[in-house]
Amino acid sequence: MTEAIERKFTLHVPSSTENLTMIREFVTYVGGQAGLDETNVGKIELAVDEACANVMEHAYEHDATKEIVIRATFDEKELHITVKDTGRGFDPNSVPPIDLEQLVAERKSGGLGMSLMKSLMDKVWYEIEPGQKNELHMVKRIHRPT
Amino acid sequence: MPNPFALHQSLENDLSVVRVEGYLDAHTAPQFEQAIQSEIDAGRIRIIVNCEKLTYISSAGLGVFMSFIEEVREQGGDIKICGLSPKVNGVFEILGFSSIYDICASVADCARAFREAPVREG
Repeated sequence: MTEAIERKFTLHVPSSTENLTMIREFVTYVGGQAGLDETNVGKIELAVDEACANVMEHAYEHDATKEIVIRATFDEKELHITVKDTGRGFDPNSVPPIDLEQLVAERKSGGLGMSLMKSLMDKVWYEIEPGQKNELHMVKRIHRPT
Repeated sequence: MPNPFALHQSLENDLSVVRVEGYLDAHTAPQFEQAIQSEIDAGRIRIIVNCEKLTYISSAGLGVFMSFIEEVREQGGDIKICGLSPKVNGVFEILGFSSIYDICASVADCARAFREAPVREG
């Protein structure tokens, strides 16, 4: 029996939107290392971008002195990405599913990110300790050619 | 940096064409928003967004499309979109944008759509 090898990558980055390009490059690199195909690398790239953009805007309110930590772990079966911040928390259950026609009618420019993340990843969940940390976990299963 | 963000605005036969290139994310979306706003402020409400060189879009970019369409259609105009790569089109599809927006293959197709049906029926 072959022992599964787990690999870990971590990026600490200031909470500024100019760093989203670096974050996407990090995720793209890790996704390729994990063996995901181009389509699925694109999905995790967008999901992590959405997660980090939400942290920058809502948790840290554009305070670039704050830090976001992105941790990626993978083995043969799945890639697990965690986005951690210590900013303002929220109740993920309070975010309604999107109604695009309603958002358009209300001329909203936001509210799409979480729905996108859930569409793009196989599993998404939050671990929130108020005043301590917010952790968003996202998992993508790895389907290898047989 | 590959495919840096760039915007180019032009007038083609009374239609505004906004060409967007590179990455449209939370960092660059405010510039795109300003470009669309400047067209509306100038009274140009028949707008084509040419995405042939757009390599990436996140919800911040999609939000710009979402926030202006009602205002433009109320004034009798429209925002039509063309040149989506399969990757970018996939993001539009996930969120159901094709049910709200006229998405065409090229600028010429958007121009034709404006002549035939200036405003998409909601």
